Amino acid sequence: MITFLPLLGVPALLFLRSEDHIWIRRIALAISIAEFGISLFLLPGFAGANPNYQFVENREWIGEAIHYHVGVDGISLFLVLLTTFLTPLAILCSWNSIHEKVKGFFIAILVIETAMIGVFVSLDLFLFFVFWELTLIPMYFLIGIWGHDRRIYAAVKFILYTMFGSILMLVAILWLYNLTNTFDLPTIQAALQFRVPLPPRTELLLFGAFFLAFAIKVPLFPLHTWLPDAHTEAPTAGSVILAGVMLKLGTYGMLRFCLPLFPDAAHRAAPYIGVLAIIGIVYGALVATVQHDLKRLVAYTSVSHLGFVVLGIFAFNTISIQGAIYQMLNHGISTGGLFLAVGMLYDRRHTHEIKEFGGLATPMPILMSGFLFISLSSLALPLMNGFVGEFLILIGVYQQHAAWASWAASGAVLSAIYLLWAYQRVALGEVTVEKNRTLPDASNRERLILATIAIAILFMGVASPLFTRRMESATDNFLQHANRPQNASHPKLTLPSVKAAEVAIAGKDRIQP
Amino acid sequence: MIPIPAEQLANIQRLAPEIVLCVFGVLIMCTDPFLRAANRKVLGWIGFIGTLAALGSVWFAAQNPGPAYSNLIRVDQFSIFVHVVVIAASALAVLGSLNYLNAEGIQRGEYYALVLFATAGMGILAGANELVTAFIGLEMSSISTYILAGFRRRALQSNEASLKYFILGSFATAFFLYGIAMIYGATGTTQLDLVQHALEATPAGALSILGLGLIFVGLGFKVVAAPFQIYAPDVYEGAPTPVTALLASAPKAATFALMLRIFDTSFATVGHLWFWAIWGSAILTMSIGNLAALAQTNVKRMLAYSSIAHAGYILVAFTASTAVGVAAVLFYLAAYALMKVGAFLVLTHLGQQGEKRLEIQDYAGLGSKQPILAACFSLFLLSLLGLPATGGFLGKFFAFQAALDSRVVWLVVIAAINSVIGAFYYLRVIVAMYFWEPSKDYTPTHVAPALTAALLIAAAGTLYLGLLPSRVLIFAKAAADSLSLR
Repeated sequence: MITFLPLLGVPALLFLRSEDHIWIRRIALAISIAEFGISLFLLPGFAGANPNYQFVENREWIGEAIHYHVGVDGISLFLVLLTTFLTPLAILCSWNSIHEKVKGFFIAILVIETAMIGVFVSLDLFLFFVFWELTLIPMYFLIGIWGHDRRIYAAVKFILYTMFGSILMLVAILWLYNLTNTFDLPTIQAALQFRVPLPPRTELLLFGAFFLAFAIKVPLFPLHTWLPDAHTEAPTAGSVILAGVMLKLGTYGMLRFCLPLFPDAAHRAAPYIGVLAIIGIVYGALVATVQHDLKRLVAYTSVSHLGFVVLGIFAFNTISIQGAIYQMLNHGISTGGLFLAVGMLYDRRHTHEIKEFGGLATPMPILMSGFLFISLSSLALPLMNGFVGEFLILIGVYQQHAAWASWAASGAVLSAIYLLWAYQRVALGEVTVEKNRTLPDASNRERLILATIAIAILFMGVASPLFTRRMESATDNFLQHANRPQNASHPKLTLPSVKAAEVAIAGKDRIQP
Repeated sequence: MIPIPAEQLANIQRLAPEIVLCVFGVLIMCTDPFLRAANRKVLGWIGFIGTLAALGSVWFAAQNPGPAYSNLIRVDQFSIFVHVVVIAASALAVLGSLNYLNAEGIQRGEYYALVLFATAGMGILAGANELVTAFIGLEMSSISTYILAGFRRRALQSNEASLKYFILGSFATAFFLYGIAMIYGATGTTQLDLVQHALEATPAGALSILGLGLIFVGLGFKVVAAPFQIYAPDVYEGAPTPVTALLASAPKAATFALMLRIFDTSFATVGHLWFWAIWGSAILTMSIGNLAALAQTNVKRMLAYSSIAHAGYILVAFTASTAVGVAAVLFYLAAYALMKVGAFLVLTHLGQQGEKRLEIQDYAGLGSKQPILAACFSLFLLSLLGLPATGGFLGKFFAFQAALDSRVVWLVVIAAINSVIGAFYYLRVIVAMYFWEPSKDYTPTHVAPALTAALLIAAAGTLYLGLLPSRVLIFAKAAADSLSLR
């Protein structure tokens, strides 16, 4: 039900005259906020201790094999919430910056929201694939029509990269269907476990096909080259959605499909993937440091941060995976927030060049403090959300591979360097460019956006148990599948150790970077 | 009144669609001389009504399935499915021709009559249970389409298309005829089910294999399977655009139907032999079609190459040679006919008089000038590309699934990679329509109501097949089951 609400808005928008910009915006905003409100109602109804899928709907769609089967568990629940949370913000931030083809723009955003939620709730591989591909087209148009100078190049690169990955995934999905005679995820999972064990080579091939699709989306080093272009050229709302939610489709896919379906192959590939993830963390951070384009800088931070998430997933450990999920949410909010702030700067000066700014804290203190706040969250300052996620991942990874953890930790240090240095160059010191002296500070609309993000950051930084409690059973359940072959070798880390991590977090509240 | 024997009545009923089409064709020819040039558009409407009547008579024929005319023709679920696809495609093509012919100044009765005769020939192809009957159907459809391809008499390209198509097509039909002769020599019959029995009784010898090979040459030409695809781009580009819409869809469907009957039933015992021929042809067809399409700037020519590529995807499903595979081929043909006719009909309008505006840059900014037309075109292109929620995606999906089901893994991987290459050139047109600045020198013209109707029907059909394919799929499965496969 929730999935299709944004789509309902599309005909409503279609009937408005295309000149009627105000009402188009208002209706799009109203729909996305209503969507967020409704999705919040999932929370009280969700039983945290239940590891199974909830709010399940299962209907026949095409033939007997393909079902409309949806439901959420502790992993997807929060990703759905993240989507519904970020979409209104994306709509708000494009309030005044989109002047052409306004109707098409908001329709594209609402369609994308539907498709993304659809990906998160699908429990049928066919349905999943349909939604997965459907996210591409509106994003392609968002970048290609409302993007910046090199938008066409970026849009085509984006879509070709992703399509290449997903078509091989389609072949793998069909293969699984021929093995198990169903597209239904839980059934396939059970079948692979008990009925039709895969030969190792087949399993590795199938794992590879799925993983490639997700790794391109994440994007994992060295498949990341589409990302800086797409992010830089996309309009602000596009970047927010792209970084905030779409990249998580990849990590979510790894969690939901790669690990539980092909545990042996995942374990065999994990060392290589871990290394790639670490390269991604460090490389992304280093490249981000030397960027002179603010938006590109933020784009490379995504490469680095998503490296953490992948590392957390492939450490096969309750804490690190919870951290990975948490970090997915954090990254959505903080990087989404960074893009929003950069977009606000762009609205004023129509440039992303860092050297065009400088000393901005004087003319616009509020906007800049918002920027600082979000940067701090992104570099994982304690008490903020980023810290919880990164810390959980590092603890979890440390228990498995101490060396990995130390390399990854260097990424955390580097993130402080590039973000603070960028902030320093943009906001501190004398105003270097005359034009910047008279720039207006954040408007009420922008204050609302920044405040919402800030509240979310703080809330997730302090109240993390509210989230982890609901993820817990799903993560455990899922790890049981992922660790199926070597149940004994990984001592399961349960609630107390997570608690311990949180105590540690609370204790380090006052440490400043 | 002379009583007509019941058997004869059943024969007529089972051949009703073809009879109706021919009657309407003759009717058009007879009416033509009595009309002034300005009124000839009426003939087009008669032709359209003729196709609708034929669709109705397909339903009528379906009430009484079975063999007709001493087993030369069969009415089964399979032939009914193909009939519907073929006749629907020509109905859409006729709708799209009405205004085009006026604009080009070639509004004549022969055009519609030839379309109807060609359709009747394809109907015979779809239902033929005997090789010489199939040959008659093939000739009926081919000769009509040779003329149609050259219907823009004053355009050099159109003449070239017609001549090329005629000469190469005659060769291909000659191959087909030789093949029939050899099969007759080897098995003593030309009836497909008897050939099957003969080959099951005694192992196939060199003569019948050679005959099958020649038949593959003849039919491969019609479905533009590589290496017999050379003519297609020139012919498709040169022919009047609504004729291209017809050429690219209906004959392909009918010929694939005949191929399925011949290969999957009569020659099922030598499946291991022809499998590799089809396998290789599929790879060549997809790759040549897609790679050559990449280099095109003329959208009509690009779509011609894309038809070649799609023939390759259908051949992928063909290699499965199971009931699942046949159903996949049929579903693909239905989806393909809709999206391809739709795409070419869009070009019918966009080409403008004299088919001058077919280059990709001519469509810059179409998205803001003619949003509905551009949206339809994008839908067809995305469906050809294979985006979920369109018929083209499910066609590919079932095709790949059927092939994987028969363990044809690498072919599917190659097909998958090919479809990504395809994405590149389809998207380029969408890029031009939506992302480029509109060109100033072109003011859009009004899309004729008949063409609009045809486009909307094709678009609705494409979406229907993509979102709610169950009924069509059940129909395709029943059709596949009605072919008595091994």
